Amino acid sequence: MLKRLIAVIFAAVLAGPALAAGGDVELKHRDWSFNGPFGTFDKAAMQRGLQVYREVCAGCHSMKLIAFRNFADLGYNENEIKALAAQYDVQDGPNDDGEMFTRPGIAADRIPAPYANDNAARAGNNGALPPDLSLIAKARPNGPDYLYSLLTGYQDAPAGTKVPEGMYYNAAYSGHLIAMPQPLYGGDVTYADGADTSIDAVSADLVQFLMWAAEPKMEVRKRIGVAAIFFLGVFVIFTILAKRRVWADIH
Amino acid sequence: MSAEKFQNPVVRWIDHRLPVFSMLDHEKYDYPVPKNLNYFWNFGVLAGLALGIMIITGIVLAMSYTAHVDYAFLSVERIMRDVNHGWLIRYIHMNTASFFFIVVYIHIFRGLYYGSYKAPRELLWILGVVIFLLMMATAFMGYVLPWGQMSFWGATVITNLFSAIPVVGDSIVTLLWGGFSVDNPTLNRFFSLHYLLPFVIAGVVVLHIIALHRFGSNNPIGIDASGPQDTISFHPYYTIKDMVGIAVFLLLLAMAVFFFPNAMGHPDNYIPANPLQTPAHIVPEWYFLPFYAILRAVPDKLGGVLLMFGAIAVLFILPWLDRSPVRSARFRPVFRIFFWIFLIDAVVLGYLGGKPAEGVYVTLSRIATGWYFLHFLVILPLLSKFETTKPLPKSISEPVLGASGRAA
Repeated sequence: MLKRLIAVIFAAVLAGPALAAGGDVELKHRDWSFNGPFGTFDKAAMQRGLQVYREVCAGCHSMKLIAFRNFADLGYNENEIKALAAQYDVQDGPNDDGEMFTRPGIAADRIPAPYANDNAARAGNNGALPPDLSLIAKARPNGPDYLYSLLTGYQDAPAGTKVPEGMYYNAAYSGHLIAMPQPLYGGDVTYADGADTSIDAVSADLVQFLMWAAEPKMEVRKRIGVAAIFFLGVFVIFTILAKRRVWADIH
Repeated sequence: MSAEKFQNPVVRWIDHRLPVFSMLDHEKYDYPVPKNLNYFWNFGVLAGLALGIMIITGIVLAMSYTAHVDYAFLSVERIMRDVNHGWLIRYIHMNTASFFFIVVYIHIFRGLYYGSYKAPRELLWILGVVIFLLMMATAFMGYVLPWGQMSFWGATVITNLFSAIPVVGDSIVTLLWGGFSVDNPTLNRFFSLHYLLPFVIAGVVVLHIIALHRFGSNNPIGIDASGPQDTISFHPYYTIKDMVGIAVFLLLLAMAVFFFPNAMGHPDNYIPANPLQTPAHIVPEWYFLPFYAILRAVPDKLGGVLLMFGAIAVLFILPWLDRSPVRSARFRPVFRIFFWIFLIDAVVLGYLGGKPAEGVYVTLSRIATGWYFLHFLVILPLLSKFETTKPLPKSISEPVLGASGRAA
């Protein structure tokens, strides 16, 4: 009886992930530059990703947590950031007359959202709300791989699958029916550095940018981490040696 | 303990009027500790360390946090992005919460294995269970504060449990919410209590330590020290041994904080709370999963709630369920087998708690829940009657001096 119960429980533990995986989607895994304890962001890719965001995504998706000044992380200098911010119109006010007014953006401004509020965003998108992208790479399981798979996952629906009006078939999306039309096709942007603009390359650049946006302190975190692990590793060795020495006269 | 003990005249002057140094000295040198404690006895100190880290990082976080439904999520992101090293403080707080539970679970299972709950340490054990309960309440309310999707929906599910209580249930839920749904008043009172409870925990920890020092630590053999040859002073022997544990603990914690800071969290909590959109699977933090599995194993809401709280309540009466005079599982061959089965059962419950409540998972949850209570309410009382225990050594020194050096 007991042995059987143990067998049942072990079988459940082993079979569990297999059962759970049945409904999930296969993600494409990429060897991201930010993976691993020494991983860093690819600045050139992030700059290209920012361009993709501005020219393709920003029409519908906000990034409310990101300010222009944050682009210093991408390798832009102060003047470049000021020039970039000035391309946007930002609402400010009220002024001394009590009126709201529009002025060119400055480095301290957040990226202006494409819609005034969620209702306007829904009204402009068939009732679907385009999520804010500031944290999207952390807000989905396996964020970077998931986003990459989603961006490159649009395909014709298999025979027998009905795709309703205003929905699209995506291999990576849970349930496969997504309200977002295919955003990237390859060749969507013209890169100043002449980099590859295939759909895979553009999607990967965008993911680099979005991962940075979600976790902007990752590089300094890992850098401190390596030092901390080294220090604590030495600390562990010394405490063990000290313990042995102190305990030598016991037993 | 005469004042001449201290060389420094300032220390002597103070100690004569306020004998704090004598007290510390007493704990350091005069407090006898069994000489055979293994590394499992580190986890009490580690739990204290975790509590300290939580309180310090928590106080710093509270300086930049805003307890308001419109600003809570954004203020946490402010901490992550704009506060100097705010990301570090928050990741330490988040991950130490998980490590606190890992440490406390090991501490509890250490107590279960070596019979540390038995006479004369029943109150010591009960105070420990009180700390565990307070920790769960504190952790639950802390998880609500970032006001992400899991914060909101976790809070909704857990507070709704109280509505199962007959007659007063709905009033209790309204009181918890401060209104008629989880909203700004809920967030405010949770923040207030989340700040308060750690200090209550610290107070109960003091009682826990007073109770501990009454009879001293239990030990892997589970027999009382018979004389000075069985004990050593706390300092330097156990201070240095605790340092080894602390160093390893900090190393593992640093690995989590710097390289996998979100591994023990849930991605949904990086989505701002949305009362109109329920996540596909609402799961509590991993350390609640065994109890969550017990809750969902019962088809009746009130029954589930009672059983979930019963799972902890049964720990309170454990000293009277297991009446075997032998403490340590080393000398209880049958108990030892059941201990390991129980440990597996608890892990399985944790696994099932993270799975959707459907199909085979429900059946397995019921079996595992049944076993949990069977272990405490039937197996332990029967074992204390019928188990043949192995002969106990005469003293702690005997096996330590003997051939098997592993007890040291």
